Amino acid sequence: MSESEVLAYPEDSSAAEFEDRLLLAERTSSEINQAVLQPMFRTSWKFWALVIFLSLLVLWGLFAWGYLIYWGMGTAGINRPVYWGFFIATFVFWVGISHAGTMISAVLRLLKADWRRPITRGAEAMTAFALMMAGLFPFIHLGRVWKFYWMLPYPNNRLMWPNFQSPLMWDMVAIFTYFIGSTLYLYLALIPDLAMARDHTGKWRQKLYRVLSLGWRGTEAEWHKLHRALSIFSVAIIPIFLSVHSIVSWDFAVTIQPRWHSTIFAPYFVVGAIYSGLAALACILVIVRKGMQLQEFLRSEHFDALGKLVLVAGMAWVYFWFAGFIVEWYGNEPVTRELIHEEVAGSLAPLFYLQMSANLIPIVMLIFKKVRTTPWLLLVATLLVNVGMFTERVLIVVGNLQRNFMPFNWGEYSPTWVEVSIVVMTFAGFALLYTIFSRIFPYVPVWEIKEGRLRYTVRRIGRLLVPTAAEIE
Amino acid sequence: MAEIEPRWVLIVDLDRCTGCQACVVACQAENNVPTVGEHETIEGRWLHWIHIERYWEGEYPNIKARFMPVMCQQCTAAPCEPVCPVFATYHTPEGLNAQIYNRCIGTRFCGSACPYKTRTYNWLRPEFPEPLHEQLNPDVTVRSRGLIEKCTFCVQRIRRIEIEAHAQGREPVDGEIQPACVQTCPPDALVFGDLNDPSSRVSQLATSHRSFKLLGELGTDPGVIYLKGGETNV
Repeated sequence: MSESEVLAYPEDSSAAEFEDRLLLAERTSSEINQAVLQPMFRTSWKFWALVIFLSLLVLWGLFAWGYLIYWGMGTAGINRPVYWGFFIATFVFWVGISHAGTMISAVLRLLKADWRRPITRGAEAMTAFALMMAGLFPFIHLGRVWKFYWMLPYPNNRLMWPNFQSPLMWDMVAIFTYFIGSTLYLYLALIPDLAMARDHTGKWRQKLYRVLSLGWRGTEAEWHKLHRALSIFSVAIIPIFLSVHSIVSWDFAVTIQPRWHSTIFAPYFVVGAIYSGLAALACILVIVRKGMQLQEFLRSEHFDALGKLVLVAGMAWVYFWFAGFIVEWYGNEPVTRELIHEEVAGSLAPLFYLQMSANLIPIVMLIFKKVRTTPWLLLVATLLVNVGMFTERVLIVVGNLQRNFMPFNWGEYSPTWVEVSIVVMTFAGFALLYTIFSRIFPYVPVWEIKEGRLRYTVRRIGRLLVPTAAEIE
Repeated sequence: MAEIEPRWVLIVDLDRCTGCQACVVACQAENNVPTVGEHETIEGRWLHWIHIERYWEGEYPNIKARFMPVMCQQCTAAPCEPVCPVFATYHTPEGLNAQIYNRCIGTRFCGSACPYKTRTYNWLRPEFPEPLHEQLNPDVTVRSRGLIEKCTFCVQRIRRIEIEAHAQGREPVDGEIQPACVQTCPPDALVFGDLNDPSSRVSQLATSHRSFKLLGELGTDPGVIYLKGGETNV
């Protein structure tokens, strides 16, 4: 039975629904190409205004960083005992955001979840750019950043070597590995689309795409190799992605600072990372969909599925948070008790209740399908999650350092303009990279969508119309 | 050379400490500790390697001030050591917890890990207002901004006495090596010596029923031993 036969029954609503969902309806391959490529060329004055605004924020942040390096860490709000402040909290936040890209892409690819197809590229790009921003902070927070290369294990005539017992070294290795892995993963899946873009554009774009597409012609052997490479990457990157945030958590958990020294920190951080990362992805997709008019590809069913994932991750986060909190509450050790008191009833209480409400309200919201499928409601819910998760990181880093075993050395912390500028710089830098990326590279993975189309057909069995899936991966 | 390496310890007798802060001043003069000024001090950024922690006990009018000099505890199982990514802090064979200023890149991980919070960090460029800049100790590095420093048990003094003694073909005698705080302490509350020498004064004092180690329950096994204060410390 051919496609045209199916379309001959327009009165059958189920067929129309399947066709709509599977993007089968009335779209030829070249129309899909154009639908993805056209928004890349449409750059209104609003786009340039946004780029200039973000660039100014980044430039201001770079000035603040220079000021910090020149005058010393004292220009930031950190002190003794709060040796780590906003920089480390934002570092943890960005590493967390970077987790959703792989989660969506690799895990869902392995599970053959077809709804992932239109959003994988956006997710992978988010991972790469979030990691770039996260990777800045180990440099920013170094007291002597010009000596950062002492952390690199290179042979030298002074016979000095970094200390691989330190979680900071694990951090460096894990983040570097994850960055290379996720960037390659993003690039591999881009190659067929770059080739497509090469064949449909001119001028500087064509030159760029010709170099980047590595002479892709779309032969059977090339597809075979690409699928093989993507399968290997999908499997290999999952342990890396789990390890990265575990290691970030061990930056805290390996010390004996009360409330940091916790065995649950690693899975708690991973779950929190997935929660905030998926929420950030939903946020970004809503905004990009609006900005680039991609309503055709990013549909309510994708937001619905993504919203469900955020919901599940959120409930897991609550479970892990509670499992950690309840044990320490009942443990009632003096310093821990003081720290918890500060959180729930002391100076940190506003932050604590902001964290809890901003993390819990979205969970309640996302239970409803209406919220998951209405873009602006989803945007509100997922923005709340990210406010909550950022606050959580500030509470973990700053809150737990303000109190310690020696009451004489208790302290307070508040960020200065330097810290705020630099933190804003990374947000602006992320948005800037992402905005430019979405205009240079096809935001929707065209080949994945076409593959999904191939994978699914609507067949007629007797009088029934049934969507069927073929094994092509 | 000695058969076994010395284990340097500092005894702090809380019964004798009057909280006069002479040790703080002596340490600052000996170790080129920069001054930071009033504003930075309020921010919690003072750099003293040894400081007098003052705790109040009881309610007014039956109130007592307790003084406790706290410096780097030179832990045997130091939480700060494994977390440094560049080995800027490491353990010497004599049980000293050494800090190599020139190697430090300023991650402040050791500061976060230290349960005693005795590691200080050069938040800004070091300042030595006149006339302090004319009395810098040539035996101690002047540290730049952006690195961690802390009490070394005046390792430069230990080395100088050891070298002088060995040049004379003998071992340093007990009490010959004195960190600046010990030398200065008016009520003789601080005693420094080798715990591996059973006849040393610190070995005698360490067996006192009053001896305890700060946060001993954490298992860091400090090289500073406190002698509990009684009623005289009012």
